[in-house]
Amino acid sequence: LLGPTYGTGSILENTTLEVLDFNLLPSSLNLEDKYGIYSNLLFKYFLAEGIVCGHNLFVASAKEDPADILKELPAPLSDDALKNQVDEKETAIKSKQESQESMKIAWRYQNLPRIEVNIPAASARFGHYYDVSKVVSPELLQSTKWHRFFLPEEMSLHPEIKTCNMTCGYTRLLQSIQRIIYQEGFDGSYPQKKQKNILRIGIQSLGSVLWGDDICCAHNPEDIYSLTKFLYVLRGLLRMSLSACIITMPAHLIQNKAIMERVTNLSDTVVGLESFIGSERETNPLYKDYQGLIHVHKIPQLNSLICDVSGTKDLAFRLKRKLFTIEVRETLRDFNV
Amino acid sequence: MRLYQNSLTAAKERGQLVFLEGLKSCFDVLFGEEQHVGQTNPLQFVSENGSNLKTMYEFVRTSLIASGSDSWKCPVLLVDDLSILLSLGVRPVDVLDFIHYCRVAVCSQLKGNIVVLVHSSDDSEDEENELVVNSLCHQSNLILWAEGLATGFCKDVHGQLKIIQKGSSELKAERNLLQIYQYKIQDKNVTFFARGMSAAVL
Repeated sequence: LLGPTYGTGSILENTTLEVLDFNLLPSSLNLEDKYGIYSNLLFKYFLAEGIVCGHNLFVASAKEDPADILKELPAPLSDDALKNQVDEKETAIKSKQESQESMKIAWRYQNLPRIEVNIPAASARFGHYYDVSKVVSPELLQSTKWHRFFLPEEMSLHPEIKTCNMTCGYTRLLQSIQRIIYQEGFDGSYPQKKQKNILRIGIQSLGSVLWGDDICCAHNPEDIYSLTKFLYVLRGLLRMSLSACIITMPAHLIQNKAIMERVTNLSDTVVGLESFIGSERETNPLYKDYQGLIHVHKIPQLNSLICDVSGTKDLAFRLKRKLFTIEVRETLRDFNV
Repeated sequence: MRLYQNSLTAAKERGQLVFLEGLKSCFDVLFGEEQHVGQTNPLQFVSENGSNLKTMYEFVRTSLIASGSDSWKCPVLLVDDLSILLSLGVRPVDVLDFIHYCRVAVCSQLKGNIVVLVHSSDDSEDEENELVVNSLCHQSNLILWAEGLATGFCKDVHGQLKIIQKGSSELKAERNLLQIYQYKIQDKNVTFFARGMSAAVL
């Protein structure tokens, strides 16, 4: 099943990844880390990328006002600032490599080519860079067309709705998304009206109690099919329009593994975040440079019935002052003989 | 997919292909206008919170009989993907009933074939899905099992295909035939080769 915006979306496999390419994935599921800190960050990256690319946004949440979410999006990094970041990194890499010239073990690593860090020209660049220590400027926000869905607000504005046998919150959200897609012409209606644009949809903490679903509280939830029905219908909406969607989900709270398997099958891409906060890994020297691990459960593969699994299984993330990076974890290098 | 796109469109136009697009039908059921009397959507069960696939079966049957002129022989019913029905609230027994009725109509009456896609994995905890998959495997003459390599990702070998052909007669206790191929997906083509014989290795 290929959506209209599908391209060769893949997670870049360099030694240091600075761009998690969300641009071309119709539906991307982000399994939240325990406290939701890092998944929220990736959620914001996805939306920030939409602003920089001039896409329209649709932000849905049951716990946070979408306007507040948007105000906290990371600011894009200017080309000069980016060059400084890259120069800093290059110096760090050079000095690290010099001190490891006389490695006694793992001769393979000694023969690895020097990492070339270049900034491609803006036109050739895929994705953008962001400074997490700064928020997006109000001017840039104002120039963005966006739509909001805040569940508490929706419940009070429209108390009576026709249900379709799904948790009430999900039904309302689907109706809202469908209405925007239709009214704004993302489904191809009004072709002469305006330039084609992409709708970036962000749904926060789907499955949590705040959406009215008890899938996170019970092993045998009351309406076990609500979430999967929602995802199926959403998938249909995305396939029929020029849109892409990121969903964060507190998977660690969902006890029913069968449901998680079905949720994975209904998504194009599934990425899990495991933060080290509060775990024994926080103080483990093997992980000292990182704040958590990234588990790629599923990425789509063109023309195949089975999904692809990333070539790199050992991905970790680190959040420094300005940049959030994803790297291949160099376990053997850190191993103390 | 691209290779066959044009021929599929042409086939649809001359009535050789009937395509039920589940995602679109489901959308119509939930957001579309009221159905006219006599016109039932095959995915009606989604809005009724039901598990009844009768309307879907009727759709299959009438589609095949409508094109039952002598020019089209041996109909094929392709179902992609049966596991999704479980996610929509259909009980395993109703899924299997649906397939059973289809078998009677397509295989016995119209001398055709059914091809069904399901998802499964060795460590799956989805008992309902495993029930459906096991039952289908039991009923099928031919099983094509695509999976990733046990050793992990490889850019020259994208996966492995197991082909299990059931012995034609259980009375004669003929053994199942098992063949294993590996494959690499290219832009418009898939190449199959025996295990360990990928072009990258040779």
